[in-house]
Amino acid sequence: MSYQLPKFRHPELPKNDLGYTKADYEGAISTLCAGCGHDSISGAIVKACHELSIEPHKIAKLSGIGCSSKTPTYYLGKSHGFNSVHGRMPSVVTGAAMANRELLYLGVSGDGDTASIGMGQFAHVARRNLNMVYIVMNNGCYGLTKGQDSATADEGSMSKKGEPNPFSAIDLCATALQFGATFVARSFSGDKTQLVPLIKAAIAHRGFALIDVVSPCVTFNNNKGSTKSYEFVREHAEATGAVDFVPMRKEITTDYKPGYSHEVTLHDGSSIHLYKLEQDLDPFDRTSALLAMERHRAAGDILTGLIYMDKASRDLHEQLETSRRPLSQLTEEDLCPGNQMLKNINASLR
Amino acid sequence: MKSIESVNDFVIKFANVNGTGSASANNLFAKALFRMGLPVSPKNIFPSNIQGLPTWYEVRVSEKGYLGRRGGVDIALSVNPQSMAADIQEVEPGGYFIYDNTKPLDLRLVRDDVNIIGLPLTRICNEEYKDPRQRQLFKNVIYVGALAALLDMDFKVLTDLVADQFKGKEKLILPNIHALELGHQYARANLDCPIGIRVQAADEVGDQILLDGNTALGLGAIYGGATVAAWYPITPSTSVVDAYEKYVKRMRIDPGTGQRNYAIVQAEDELAAMGMVIGASWNGARAFTATSGPGVSLMSEFLGLAYFAEIPTVLFNVQRTGPSTGMPTRTQQGDILSCAYASHGDTKHVLLFPSTPRECFDMGAMSFDLAERLQTPIILMTDLDLGMNDNMSPPLEWDDSRKYDRGKVMTAEQLEAGVEFGRYLDVDDDGICYRTLPGTHPHRGAFFTRGTSRDEYAVYTEKGEAYERNMLRLMKKWETMKEHVPAPETIPARQETDMAVLYFGTSEQASLEALDRLADEGIHLNAMRVRAFPFNDEVEDFLHAHERVFVIEQNRDAQLRTLLMAEFELGPDKLKSVLCFDGTPISARNIRKQIRLHMPELDEEPQEVARAAGATGE
Ligand SMILES: Cc1ncc(C[n+]2csc(CCOP(=O)(O)OP(=O)(O)O)c2C)c(N)n1
Ligand code: SF4
Ligand SMILES: [Mg+2]
Repeated sequence: MSYQLPKFRHPELPKNDLGYTKADYEGAISTLCAGCGHDSISGAIVKACHELSIEPHKIAKLSGIGCSSKTPTYYLGKSHGFNSVHGRMPSVVTGAAMANRELLYLGVSGDGDTASIGMGQFAHVARRNLNMVYIVMNNGCYGLTKGQDSATADEGSMSKKGEPNPFSAIDLCATALQFGATFVARSFSGDKTQLVPLIKAAIAHRGFALIDVVSPCVTFNNNKGSTKSYEFVREHAEATGAVDFVPMRKEITTDYKPGYSHEVTLHDGSSIHLYKLEQDLDPFDRTSALLAMERHRAAGDILTGLIYMDKASRDLHEQLETSRRPLSQLTEEDLCPGNQMLKNINASLR
Repeated sequence: MKSIESVNDFVIKFANVNGTGSASANNLFAKALFRMGLPVSPKNIFPSNIQGLPTWYEVRVSEKGYLGRRGGVDIALSVNPQSMAADIQEVEPGGYFIYDNTKPLDLRLVRDDVNIIGLPLTRICNEEYKDPRQRQLFKNVIYVGALAALLDMDFKVLTDLVADQFKGKEKLILPNIHALELGHQYARANLDCPIGIRVQAADEVGDQILLDGNTALGLGAIYGGATVAAWYPITPSTSVVDAYEKYVKRMRIDPGTGQRNYAIVQAEDELAAMGMVIGASWNGARAFTATSGPGVSLMSEFLGLAYFAEIPTVLFNVQRTGPSTGMPTRTQQGDILSCAYASHGDTKHVLLFPSTPRECFDMGAMSFDLAERLQTPIILMTDLDLGMNDNMSPPLEWDDSRKYDRGKVMTAEQLEAGVEFGRYLDVDDDGICYRTLPGTHPHRGAFFTRGTSRDEYAVYTEKGEAYERNMLRLMKKWETMKEHVPAPETIPARQETDMAVLYFGTSEQASLEALDRLADEGIHLNAMRVRAFPFNDEVEDFLHAHERVFVIEQNRDAQLRTLLMAEFELGPDKLKSVLCFDGTPISARNIRKQIRLHMPELDEEPQEVARAAGATGE
C-alpha cells in the first residue's frame, strides 16, 4: 500500500471552480506496492482533473489489465470506470466515445498492455485520432505477472535476475507519432511538476493524446542496470522544456521570454505555453519531433515533455460527422425510420 | 428416352465462370419467375475467388411453394467448359443440358438419357459485339433470353424487369433488352420451343418479397435503433454492414446539418470490433457487429467479459463452412456450440435462429431489446444461405407505436431520489440488476466495471462466496431469459405419431418438403422449429412427448443435438441426427433419405429414394 489517505480532512481544503475539493477526485486506497511509480501518476491525474474543474462524473476512466490498469480504482471514484481485457482498452474506449462524445475519456495502460498484446489496438486508436487521453504507465516490465521484460525494455537493460534484455525497445512516443497521434508527450512519474500540466494539455487537446510516463516498478525493475529505475531516469531525463497549461479565460500572469516560448490556443479556448529548452525541437512539426527523439535515443537519454502536437487535429467524430447530440441519447423518434419507409422498400423488392 | 415434363416445378442450375457478371443475369431470370407469381429460391454457389473459377447458381421453382433445395438438377445451363463434365453428370435422367455449342461438345461427355441443347453463345456475341467486356456480360443476358423461349416465359416480364433494375441508368436498358431479344429470337428460330419443362403465370407469391437475409439484418439493426456498427470484413457477413451503411445514409443523415445519427467503424480486427460494441453498449448506445465463425473465435475473450460484466452486446454471426477458413463461401450451421458456450469459464449465451429474411429483420431488431433487457450478449445465428441468397419472404413490417425496451437503467431522478443502487444487486429477484450509464449523476451511481470478481455493489473481492453468489444469480437470469426469447414453432403431423423432427434456421424449408413427402409415404412426424437458445420449456415438453426425434442440422457433429442433450440431460437413443455438411444447403431429398435410413423397420426403399441417393448435390 503506497499511500494512506489521511482520515481527517481539513474543512477548508482548496475548492475548485465547481466547489469540489481534491478528495472528490480521489478513489479507493491503492493496493499497489509501496513506492510504485503508478501511484504517483494516479496522484497527478487527480490533481490535473481537480485543477481543471472537470465534473468527475463527466469522465470515463478505462484500462486494460496489469498493475497499471488497476489504478483507475484509485482515482476518480465518482466516475464510471472499466477495467476491460488485456491490451484491448483502445477498442472499448473507441466504442464508448462513439456512443457519447460529451465525456472525457481517460485511458490508462501499461507497457505490456500497450506495446505487446495491445500494439495493434494502440496503433489503430492513434490512427483514428480518437479524442482521448492515453496514459501508459511504463515500467519496462510486466509487473502483475512478476517482472518479465516488456517490449519497451531497453536493449541491454538489466532485469532483476541480472540478465540483459537482448531485444531492441519499442519507443511508444515514436511509434504513436508514426501511427498518426496528434499529441505526443513523455514524462516521469517522479516529476509531477512536468506531468500535471502535460495531463491538462492532453485533456484539452481534441484528438488522440499519448503520454508515455516512465513509472518505475519498485518490486521487479528498480535494480541497478535497469534503464527504468528511479535512479537511472532521474539522471537521464532531458526535458524538451516546460509546459504551462492555462485554462480558458484565465489570465496569463507569467512573463515569457519572446522567442523561447510558444502559445497554443486549444479548441476550447484554453492555451498551452511552452518554454523551450530543446532548441532543435519544433513540437508542431512531425519530422522535427521524430528527429529529436532519435537524437536522444542515440545519446542514451530520455527526452521528456511535450514532443509533438498537431494544432489542426480533427478527431474521429469530426471525421465521421456524427451528430452533436451523443448517439446514446437518441431515441426511437430519431432512429427509427417508420413503417412507411419499409413499405417503400418492400415495393422495391417485388 | 422419357423427357422430364413439368409445369412450374423444376430445378435449374447455371454453371458460370466467376467474375463474369453471371450472377446478376441469373438473378434476373429468378426474379422474372417471381414476378410471374411463382415461388422461387435462387442459390448462388460461388468460390472464394474474384475471377476465373467455376461458380454455380441454382434456382428452384415450385408452384407448391417449396423453397428449400430439392436435390437433383432438371436443367443444367453450362457456359463454363471447366465444369462441363461434372455439370452434365448432375442432370436427372430425362433432363436437359444446355451448353454453348460454339465449340462442339466433347463426345465423351454426351449422355443418351439427357436432352442436349446447343446455344452458340460465344458466336452470337462475337458477331454482335466488338468490346470483349460486352461480349462477356451480354453472353449471360442472351442465355436468359433463350431460356425465356425454351421455358415459354412471358418475355415482357423480363423486359419490364430490366427497365426497373436499370432505373436511373437508362442508357443500359436498351442494350440489355437487345441482348435478351438476341437469345430469344435465336431459340425461337433454331430450337424446339418450349421444352418439356415450362412455366406459366401463377398467383402463388402474394405480397411476399425477394430479399437476402443480410440486407434484412442491416435494416433490422437500423429499425432496432443501432447507432454504432463496428466490424471487420469477412464473407458472408460483410453485406450486413454494407446494407446498414446503404440505408443509414438514406435514413439517418440530417438533411439540414449533414450530421449523422450513426457511426460505422471498420475495426482492425474482430477483436477490436467486439471491444467497440462492448464499449458503446456500456455507454448507452445500441451497437452491433457482424461476423462469421473465425471472427467469433477472435471475439471469444470479450464475449466472456460481456457475459460476466453483463454488458448488452449484439453479434450477428453469418455462419460459413469451417473450421478456420474451411470453405469460406459455402454455408454451414457449424458454430452452434462454439457460440452457445463461447469464451472461458462458465459462460452461456443467448442464440437466435432466424429462418427467413423477415425473421432476420424482426430478430435483428429484437436483439437490441433483448441485449438491453437481459444485459448479456445476444448472438443471432444466420448463415451464408440465408444471408447472401435472395429468399422469398413475407414483407418487412414495423409497428410505429413500438417503443424500444431499454431494460433496467437507473435514471438520474431515481438516483437523486435515493433509490438504492448496487450494480449487481438482484432487487427484482429475476437475476437482472440495474445498471447506470456513465455521466448520469454527479455523485451517485458510478461503479467500476471489471471482469474480475466483485460483490453486489461492484466492489472488488476475491471471496469465493461472492463469486459463487454471482454465478448462481447469473443462472437465475438464464432462467428468466427463457421467457424473453422467441418461442419455438410447432407443426403437427397429419396423423398422431410418436416421432418428430426438430430443426432450426435454414433447414426449415427443405424439412417441410421432406415431411410432406414422407407423409405421402405414410411416415408421419410432428415438427418443431427451434428459434432460440436457451431452449424454452416447450422444447423440453416436445422432446419428452416423442419416442424418437430427428434433429436436422447442417454440420458434422450434430451440434444442436449435443446442446439439447446437455441442457436436458437426454440420452442419445432418443435424438437421431440428420446432417448435411458438404457446404451446400441441405436438400429435401437428403433429409427424407436420412430419416428413412434411421428406420430399419422400412426394408424396401421406394424407387425414388434410391434415385435421390444416387443424385449429387444433396
Ligand atoms: C489474454 C491475457 N493474457 C495474459 C494475461 C496475464 N497478464 C496480466 S497483466 C500482464 C502484463 C501486464 O504488464 P503491463 O501492462 O506492463 O502492466 P504492469 O503490471 O507492468 O503495470 C499479463 C501478461 C491476461 N490477463 N490476459
Ligand atoms: S509489481 Fe511493480 S508495477 Fe506492480 S504494483 Fe508492484 S511496483 Fe507497481
Ligand atoms: Mg509494465
